[in-house]
Amino acid sequence: MKAHERLSAAISAGAASGRPALVPFITAGYPEPADFLSTLKDIASVGDVVELGIPFSDPMADGMTIQRSSFVALQKGVSLKWIFDQLDSVSGEIDTPLVMMSYLNPLLAFGYDALAERALAAGVCGFIIPDLPFEESEDLRVALEARGIGLIQLVTPATPDDRLQMLCSASKGFVYAVTITGITGGGVGLPADLADYLKKVASYSSIPVCAGFGIRSASDVAAIGSHASGAIVGSALVEVLEEKGDPKAFLSGLIA
Amino acid sequence: MSKMFSADEAKRLLDAAIRGEMPDELGRFGPFGGRYVPETLVPAFERLEEGVRQHLHDPAFQAEFQRELHEWVGRPTALTFAKRLSEAWGAEVWIKREDLAHTGAHKINNAIGQALLAKRLGAKRVIAETGAGQHGVASAAACARVGLPCTVYMGAVDMERQAPNVDRMYRLGAEVVGVESGDKTLRAAIDEAMRAWVTDPDGIFYILGSAVGAHPYPYMVRELQAVIGKEARQQMLDQAGGLPDVAFACVGGGSNAIGLFYPLLADDIELIGVEAGGVGDGLGENAATLATGTPGVLQGSYTIILQDDDGQVQETQSISAGLDYSGVGPEHALLQAIGRVNYISARNDEALEALEELCAKEGILTALETSHAFAAAREYAQENPGKRILIGNSGRGDKDMPTLTKYPPRTRHHESA
Ligand SMILES: Cc1ncc(COP(=O)(O)O)c(C=O)c1O
Repeated sequence: MKAHERLSAAISAGAASGRPALVPFITAGYPEPADFLSTLKDIASVGDVVELGIPFSDPMADGMTIQRSSFVALQKGVSLKWIFDQLDSVSGEIDTPLVMMSYLNPLLAFGYDALAERALAAGVCGFIIPDLPFEESEDLRVALEARGIGLIQLVTPATPDDRLQMLCSASKGFVYAVTITGITGGGVGLPADLADYLKKVASYSSIPVCAGFGIRSASDVAAIGSHASGAIVGSALVEVLEEKGDPKAFLSGLIA
Repeated sequence: MSKMFSADEAKRLLDAAIRGEMPDELGRFGPFGGRYVPETLVPAFERLEEGVRQHLHDPAFQAEFQRELHEWVGRPTALTFAKRLSEAWGAEVWIKREDLAHTGAHKINNAIGQALLAKRLGAKRVIAETGAGQHGVASAAACARVGLPCTVYMGAVDMERQAPNVDRMYRLGAEVVGVESGDKTLRAAIDEAMRAWVTDPDGIFYILGSAVGAHPYPYMVRELQAVIGKEARQQMLDQAGGLPDVAFACVGGGSNAIGLFYPLLADDIELIGVEAGGVGDGLGENAATLATGTPGVLQGSYTIILQDDDGQVQETQSISAGLDYSGVGPEHALLQAIGRVNYISARNDEALEALEELCAKEGILTALETSHAFAAAREYAQENPGKRILIGNSGRGDKDMPTLTKYPPRTRHHESA
């Protein structure tokens, strides 16, 4: 099975249990680099797929919470290379498929071939790149797909239908349906017409659809579950880590 | 970077630029440029690109734009022969006076052009970022002129050092949002403006203030600023009796420089862009992006940026808020790579000295940004006596008083006479 097919399978399997698959997001190495692997293992034990945020100096699609976590992680020396080294050190211990969320420039600096090589070895099955529209993505896609790794496409409520269709067929692993017209974090609540939008995305997609941005509570997760295969929980989880809370208990509570 | 292309390739790219074929349909200036934006903004960028294609060179739009430039901005701006500076430098120095444009800098050319476009495209409100505050003031004024509400994002560090401009923006009816994240300067302000835009891509028009960012901004801003070079070229012919040997402009994001240089690309004129050399050559000690940076993607564009080995964008140092930026417009990256424009830097102290000299010798208080161009031109004049030099005076220095009061003038006018 290709890496991106593992991803699709894990989402579908999670969603088969009567709730959406859970995809927790953390900023790698936040709040303490020393706790990265134990936190990762904790959330991987609850999540069906884990999304790792690669810190970046200019997180232009992120709200305050993820910006803060990103800056702190950078200050504490977290880099993509460090993250791969950490993941290699627990090779074989985590079977939950991983995806990486990164802005383009750190990947460009790493080199696409080296990136794809190390990602495959580290169990990374897909990439989410918030500042890389499909039209600019060919070089990276070629490098990733040569190793079976998927480039996950984002769609948003602002995406016109023909583009939505194009992105859904181009996406690998799952389709990332952004719930709101805005940045991560939100706090404004999920939009009222979410169901119609998610149904439309699902109708265009032959792979699972995961919804993300602004999902904070068990009721949000349940609401997502009726219309999408997976729920991505980012800022709310990072806030739990920020407040030294228990991420595992928080995540379990979302799907209880 | 100059080894990126063979001489033949460089010539082919320059010819294409001169023929007006840059950027291409993908927004590329050779390898540089493009459009790296969040998916939420892709439809907004497509609409903007279509709007630019439809309106920017449409005779009706151009007539309105030219009328505003003339009646409201006060164009053409003067070309001033700098008599005493010429004597002191052993050169023939001409100054293109963008400081005399309405609101005091070249930024207004772009701001009024984009505000007119925003109106035509049915925008409900405008956002803008600003570093030195000149683009914020220009956007506030232009929005008042066309009747659109305006919000300006400005780094907290810049709000302090360019305080007079913050008050001007309020006066002109804009809302000013201080940005406390990231480096709290221009780069953080652009990030924050992008975040705001993502929340309402249909209603907001983002008036970006320099020739940076995703396509079509570098193209649109160049087209709106090219009036500087077109006027200066004709004025040189009329007043100086010929073209200059060399032209200087300061480079932050690169809008005044591309505006001056673009209409001069085909001429036999040496072009020199001057970046902020800050306090030294080390990473983080300056904002000399082209001189010391490497290719990468920042804020929508593949260009030259200041970054570390991990691709993290570096903070910059400059006494001038408008040059204090880790990236640069993609067209400058190309012009450097093909060897058409030479990019050098001037340090903070050199810029201050040049500012003082221009005050004393010509009675012009220029902006700290612009002072970098004067500092470099003065050094050039010393090494190349007798040249005819054109300097783009991008803006006036009133906004810099909070910084300048920390550096009292060392010479008084009567003493230096
Ligand atoms: C007077 C002046 N000159 C130059 C600049 C630098 O911008 P650019 O490189 O886009 O001309 C600024 C920016 O704020 C400015 O206010």
